[in-house]
Amino acid sequence: MADDVRVPITCDLDIVQARQKGRQLAADAGFTSGDQTVIAAAISEIARNILMYARAGEMTLSVVANGERHALEVVARDEGPGIRDVERAMQDGYSTSGGLGLGLPGARRLMDDFEVASSLGKGTTVTMRKWKRSNV
Amino acid sequence: MEVPILKQGDYLIASIQSALTDADLSQLREALVERVGRFRARGVIVDVTALDVMDSFAVRTLRDIAHMARLRGAETVIVGIQPEVAFAMVQLGLTLKGVATALDLEEGLAFLDRLKGGRIDVQPRAQRRIDHGR
Repeated sequence: MADDVRVPITCDLDIVQARQKGRQLAADAGFTSGDQTVIAAAISEIARNILMYARAGEMTLSVVANGERHALEVVARDEGPGIRDVERAMQDGYSTSGGLGLGLPGARRLMDDFEVASSLGKGTTVTMRKWKRSNV
Repeated sequence: MEVPILKQGDYLIASIQSALTDADLSQLREALVERVGRFRARGVIVDVTALDVMDSFAVRTLRDIAHMARLRGAETVIVGIQPEVAFAMVQLGLTLKGVATALDLEEGLAFLDRLKGGRIDVQPRAQRRIDHGR
């Protein structure tokens, strides 16, 4: 299995880097081009959230397996202020930054698994996975 | 990476060639809004065929371009959204409400020509007169 890809997120160019690396990893792992786009879009939203709220962080992209099934996993970590109300942040249109408020809920719709662990003052970790469809 | 903007008749055509950062997108917005005035353009086409992802920032910036250009008297058409990109946009909950779209450059030009010929009314006439009154 391919090695983990680590992408620091410190400026807007890193958002582009992260989604391109995610797309490449997904392509190498045999995801359809539709799924590659979906993964890239989710990475873009989550990477932007890191920049917007925590100013800096890191994304780790990898291919994980569960028996025969493979998924592309994205772990986005930051040591920012954390999310006060995760449940609310997962709702469409809720934003504390003046953005569209679609980042977290949008990315959750794009991916299959989506988990947010956040603690105030310590940071946020978003883990999301897209499973490869076996019959395509 | 700066996006080249071509002038063709009354129209400006911005053809995105590669992935854009947020700063590139903002720069494109400023450049287009300024050039609508400089070239007295009546139409703007933004060709996004080369974009492999449209996230919330890109969509918001395209919408801003269209609304700002309209306030300066020009109609904008976004052309070339790829099928996978459209799928991901819908999943993300992103819409281009109030912004014209067309399949490709050819259709976009045809749309603007029809608009100029007065065969499509995108907004009430009185509003158009105010907008064009620069």
